[in-house]
This record gives sequence, C-alpha cells and structure tokens, in this order.
Amino acid sequence: MAQAITVTVNGTKRTKDVEPSQLLVELLRDTLGLTGTHVGCDTSQCGACTVLVDGRATKSCTILAVQTDGAEVVTVEGLAKNGELHPVQRAFASEHALQCGFCTPGLMITAVDFLARNASPSDAEIRHAIEGNLCRCTGYHNIVNAIRSAAAMMTMSAQSKVAAEVKR
Amino acid sequence: MITHPFSYQAPSTIEEAIATLGRSRDGKVLAGGHSLLPLMKLGLAQPDTLVDIRKIASLRDIRAEADGTIVVGTLATHRSIAEDRTIGAKLAALAEAAAAVGDPQVRSRGTIGGSLAHADPAADEPAPTLAFDAIIRAIGSKGKRDIPAREFFKAPFETALAPGEIAAEIRFPAQPGRTGSAYLKFRHPASRFAVVGVAAVVTAKADGTIERAAIGVTGAAEAPFRATAAERAITGTKGDAKAIAAAAAKAAEGMTTLSDLAASSEYRRHLVSVYAKRALERATQRARG
Repeated sequence: MAQAITVTVNGTKRTKDVEPSQLLVELLRDTLGLTGTHVGCDTSQCGACTVLVDGRATKSCTILAVQTDGAEVVTVEGLAKNGELHPVQRAFASEHALQCGFCTPGLMITAVDFLARNASPSDAEIRHAIEGNLCRCTGYHNIVNAIRSAAAMMTMSAQSKVAAEVKR
Repeated sequence: MITHPFSYQAPSTIEEAIATLGRSRDGKVLAGGHSLLPLMKLGLAQPDTLVDIRKIASLRDIRAEADGTIVVGTLATHRSIAEDRTIGAKLAALAEAAAAVGDPQVRSRGTIGGSLAHADPAADEPAPTLAFDAIIRAIGSKGKRDIPAREFFKAPFETALAPGEIAAEIRFPAQPGRTGSAYLKFRHPASRFAVVGVAAVVTAKADGTIERAAIGVTGAAEAPFRATAAERAITGTKGDAKAIAAAAAKAAEGMTTLSDLAASSEYRRHLVSVYAKRALERATQRARG
C-alpha cells in the first residue's frame, strides 16, 4: 500500500505517495524526474546511483524511498549553487575526469562527502575513497587528479573567505 | 528493483517493533538494509512485512558504561564505528574491521547489528566481536537475553537469535591494561568480503610476556570461529616472532575451511595462518604500547 513521505531533495521539500518497494533511485528518477542519478548495476556495486542522504554518500539503489522519510537528499542536480558549478564539478571538467560520463554523478557525490571530511587528502586516500565507484572507460587517474584539484580549490576558497572576514 | 509487494512499518519503540514483528507472517527487521535489500531484489528473501527500526534512537548509540563496557547499538553504522574515538582507542580491531567493510557508501548505511544478524560467513565484524568476547543483547516478546558471541554464530546466515527477537546492542567488555588488538583481512578482489579475516586481541604482562590472547577468524569456515589452539599456544610465551609464528600455524587447527572460486580450502588454511601471524604481531606490538 502506498504511503506518503516527505523528503527534502536539493533543498526543496517534496511530499509523494510511494510504494514500500520503491527504491530511492526510482523516486528520484521516475517520480521526480531527476535523471542525473544513474542506475548502473542495481546491486550496490558500481556507485553510479550515489547521492547524499543526510550528508552521507549512499547508494540510492540500496535504500527504500520510505526509509528517507524526513531525510535530506542531495543529487548531482543539487551541487551547483546560483548557476555556479561546485568546485568538484569544475575540477572534473578541467581535469578531463570523464569520457562517457555515466559514472560521473556518483563519483562527484562521493567526492563531495569525502572532501567534507578530509580537506587535503593524499592520492592513496582519494583512491580508497572512490572504492565504491566503478568507471569502465577512462580509468581512475584523471578522476584522482580532479578530486585532488577540487580539494585545493575548496581550501583556497575557504582561506580567501577567512581573509575577507579578517579584513572586515 | 524489488518486484514483490510488502508492508512497511517504522515504529518508534522497540516494544512496538517486536509486537509488529510478532503479528507478521514472515516479517524481517530492516536496519541499514545492505544485506536484506539485495536479497529481496534477487527474490531470495520475500518478507511480507519490513519492520524498520531506524526511529528507535537508542539503538544508534555508542556509549561507555561505568564498568568500562562499550555498548554499540545495533544501528551503529560501519562508518560511525570506524570514526568513533573511544572504539579506535579501546577496540582497535573493531574499528579496523568496520573500516574494512565494503566501500564508503556501504559503510554509510550498513550496520553492525544487521551484519551480525545476517551472519554472512565472510562478514568482517564477527571476527572482533568473537575476539573481544562481546555479548549480543537480544530483545524479544519475553524480554532481554544476553548471547555470548561464541554461541551466536551457528551456520551460514544462521544465528542464535530466536524468531521475533531483535539484536538490540553489542556489548564489548572492558579490556585490561596493556591490551592491544588488530584486524587484518585478505579481501576478495571484487566483492571486498573477507576471503579470510583475523582479529587478534592480546594482553601482555609488564615484562612483555603474553598473558592472554583471543583470535577471531571470519571468512574461512561455514561460521566465524575462535582459533583456540593458537590462543593456547601463544599464551605464556614471550610473544616473539618465533612464538607468534608457531601459534599462528595452529590457527585453522580442527576447522574445515571453505573452498570456492576465490580460494581453495588448502589456500584458505594457509591464509588463516598468515593473517593470524600478522594480526598477532600487530596486536602484541600495540599491547606493549
């Protein structure tokens, strides 16, 4: 029997009737039309469906929509703010961290969660952090470069904010 | 995609959860869902009711009691266990096992209680749960029941939990001073499950000799086990390289090791010794500070 749930998706509260068997990724793609989140394997291995649930990178194919009642979900569509790409998105573009792009939304969301906890990671730490995301065309080298570059951008922007505060 | 219909309940108390489970025909407890939902997608589990326990906040806690017992709520995620400072300091093998589960996204959602109750023979956390002599506190319609870890794991996907019981908390007893622990695994290259995983807990005397050792092994046999022959062999020794190697060689003694595509029975037996040696070395080093 369908039940009503309220989920905050990319900052907007959405109330929808869902069947208990509906997966979060099905709610996002089929009901809300947010097709940036991809379904690769549907077996919680490839990570293409990764979204943030209450700030934590989560495979949205392995969580029921009803389990997210009251939660905050961020998808790749929610990364850019006021028309400006997130540093992770800019870094993926400038470092050529994608070819077909299928795995990219999941990798970027994983990177956002990771960089929130580790602002200046080593390459080894980056490689461990993306263990749950598979890329089948370009290999991981440029993806690692992009995440390292995004970390630097985010640290610089945090430092310039502090500097601006100090000046004021 | 999950094709069979079921009803979903998310009660806010454990009593209500047990009652809902009792009323169902074939109900299952849903914690992080990272074992159960994949089984439901494959049609290997088709519960008529899912009882989601996420609203029972007390089941999420990690806390230290006055006597030094560390209580890990069943809903504690692998990630929260791996990041917890008290666990890192007092129960290093548990923190290392939690950090070795699956991948970051799986650790965001998967829970210790779900992993233990699911009882996959290749799961990581059963090894430190056994080696630390933890107690699984189950709650059912007849009240509380404490199950020692050594009596908990029965067979692949089979535990001592009775139908309708919920594993509510995992209680790790206080460890004496000069105790060190470590968890090391040989992981399956694709699934990251433990082909073999070994947790060692070692207590040293002031002069460095081994007062007590406990070794929990996962992945190697039909159920996780304690390597008692190796534990006996290392106890009372100086804990030097020779003593550790001799003890580790006995780590699979008396056990029938599994054989599959990842590793033959013979190779698994070898891996148990190698990983027991490495885990004992690291735990001994940590015990001596």
